[in-house]
Amino acid sequence: MNNRYTEKILEAKDVVVKFNLRGRTLTAIRGISLDLYKGESLAIVGESGSGKSVFTKTFMGLLDANGRVDSGSILYKGNDLAKYTTEKEWLTIRGKEIAMVFQDPMTSLNPLKTVGKQIRETVELHQGLKGAEAKAKTIEILNDVGITMPEIRYKQYPHEFSGGMRQRAVIAIAVACNPNILICDEPTTALDVTIQAQILKLLHKLQEKYSLTIIYITHDLGVVANVADRIAVMYAGDIIEVGLCEEVFYNAKHPYTWALLSSLPQLGVKGEPLYSIKGTPPNLFHEIHGDAFAPRNPYALEVDFEVRPPYFEVSPTHKAKTWLLDPRAPKVEPPKLIVRMLEKWKEAPEHV
Amino acid sequence: MSERKERKKLLEVKNIKVEFGSKKKKFTAIDGVSFDIYEGETFGLVGESGSGKTTIGRAIIRINEVTDGEILYDGERISGNITQEMDHKVIENIQMIFQDPMASLNERAKVDYIISEGIYNLHKHKDEEDRKRMVEQALLDVGLLPEFASRFPHEFSGGQRQRIGIARALVMEPKLIIADEPISALDVSIRAQVLNLLSELQKKKGFTYLFIAHDLSIVRFISDRVAVIHKGKIVELAETEKLYEHPLHPYTRALLSAIPQPDPAIERQKTIEVYDPACHHYETDRPQWVEIEEGHYVLANQEEQETYKEMLRQT
Ligand SMILES: Nc1ncnc2c1ncn2[C@@H]1O[C@H](COP(=O)(O)OP(=O)(O)O)[C@@H](O)[C@H]1O
Ligand SMILES: Nc1ncnc2c1ncn2[C@@H]1O[C@H](COP(=O)(O)OP(=O)(O)O)[C@@H](O)[C@H]1O
Ligand SMILES: [Mg+2]
Ligand SMILES: [Mg+2]
Repeated sequence: MNNRYTEKILEAKDVVVKFNLRGRTLTAIRGISLDLYKGESLAIVGESGSGKSVFTKTFMGLLDANGRVDSGSILYKGNDLAKYTTEKEWLTIRGKEIAMVFQDPMTSLNPLKTVGKQIRETVELHQGLKGAEAKAKTIEILNDVGITMPEIRYKQYPHEFSGGMRQRAVIAIAVACNPNILICDEPTTALDVTIQAQILKLLHKLQEKYSLTIIYITHDLGVVANVADRIAVMYAGDIIEVGLCEEVFYNAKHPYTWALLSSLPQLGVKGEPLYSIKGTPPNLFHEIHGDAFAPRNPYALEVDFEVRPPYFEVSPTHKAKTWLLDPRAPKVEPPKLIVRMLEKWKEAPEHV
Repeated sequence: MSERKERKKLLEVKNIKVEFGSKKKKFTAIDGVSFDIYEGETFGLVGESGSGKTTIGRAIIRINEVTDGEILYDGERISGNITQEMDHKVIENIQMIFQDPMASLNERAKVDYIISEGIYNLHKHKDEEDRKRMVEQALLDVGLLPEFASRFPHEFSGGQRQRIGIARALVMEPKLIIADEPISALDVSIRAQVLNLLSELQKKKGFTYLFIAHDLSIVRFISDRVAVIHKGKIVELAETEKLYEHPLHPYTRALLSAIPQPDPAIERQKTIEVYDPACHHYETDRPQWVEIEEGHYVLANQEEQETYKEMLRQT
């Protein structure tokens, strides 16, 4: 398999993020390297607290005041965003280069302004349009995000919108900035399945029309099979596995990815207990030795407790940080479910 | 099938209506809803937010008033005006677990008090020692340590708080537990733990569950029978696999078609059906709640019933 997308748009290298909390230091991101390709949609999946939001906030200078990029670089259009310090610098990025959609649409909408006005202001600021032109563009965007009767909706306030419609409005504002990268942080977590499906479809459609690169953040691996070209799995401040969508679903290599897949009710067997991950994620105030997942990993080798695993390449597009992939490691039979997923893939006609 | 006939109806909800607001601005949140829950089963109630799921749960435990129809527990009416004795019987036998483990626990009370509240109210304990023992047992039952009793809710993670919510219900030794989206606010891995705990407790204590959720894959995994609610009306009810394999009502079909599957090949081929209420022609031919085949109920008018019967013949 090959990645259809080859041009790098953003390169994060060894990014470390630390927070100061009452005199103590918490390491939220522990050295992540990730390339983002122009035009792709990348899903970042992981449990809450794994660092999905913090990692992507570093691309926009949105870390809380007690946090900082401690080391590493984030290259975007020849500039290292990790070196940006002033608001002035970040204003050249936020919105016009990289925009973000959050889980709760109300945090991004001004309750006192009509939805139309909020989008239009963004259009004026970022696209340099004025008057009738700006209004026409706003209506077009409302249409694009699937808000019916845009002329009427233009004059309404956020509280007159349903949850799904508000999320569409937030997406409209983000799109109005004309960004290259759109980061969607759990955009459908609070929404019903039918609306979730519609929003995902919408993002897909917008991706083409506005040539967006999309980062899609979610804690639920179950929802990304349709939206992601690639998937990055996060655990305790690190990306422990990354690959094309099919590679991660059908040929997962890291025991944590196995565990995430096994705990999905869609894949569970009725009447039997659902697989559950024992224990809790590590305390990020402490230094982590070896593979952060080792204490909860029934497949852990001795070395997993001592030495942090590097990435092992599974294919040119797929890699995982687990010693199980080391040629010296003993052969381990993955859980039945994972074996079944691989068999399914091999049977699929399009697989070569 | 024949086995089910002998099963006892623990709860009977008969054509209930729940209304909110004053006379001028009346809003019917629940409109003509009927279903039975058999002893020992897990009955799933699924629908989108605002469809009326919580309202039904709250009507059963008498927080919401039922303005029409009635609810029977163990053959006795528990809706409307009832004796204090009956009221206690409801509290003792029917307990509710709430969605948000953060919001549903009293922040200023210790876990010990939170779990004991119901015991105190009904004087279920012989003495202090007895109460302490009950709290300890409840904590152990949900997989928490007895010493957690002296802590405050904010000292716990989301999954642990949901366990405290479950312990609070357990301690009353109820027969029926209404679990209102008990895992929606939790992470995927913790969801699995709480779901397993609920199943385990059911096996051990013989609980009957009314399991409320908007997540259809979880409902499928845990429920014996499922009812689908849309805007205050139940549109379809059947045994779980029957409903998921052969949905009849267009709303059920739309809902099921939208479930995300953790399988790229399936996802890329799937078509999502959209429900348009205008597809019904109810002006002259009114819809009824009918048993279209054994144990499979659907809200449909005469014309639709014919169509659905034909659909069932073809499967
Ligand atoms: N302002 C902050 N101060 C201290 N710790 C923080 C702050 N923001 C985030 N963190 C910590 O960083 C880690 C990653 O958080 P986050 O990126 O929000 O997780 P996710 O988005 O995956 O749920 C968590 O342990 C969180 O508690
Ligand atoms: N106490 C109340 N007063 C007025 N309206 C209410 C009240 N409780 C619920 N509702 C309304 O009843 C409908 C059903 O709500 P609810 O049962 O909470 O839905 P669900 O649990 O399925 O999300 C909603 O439109 C809601 O706004
Ligand atoms: Mg987050
Ligand atoms: Mg509810």
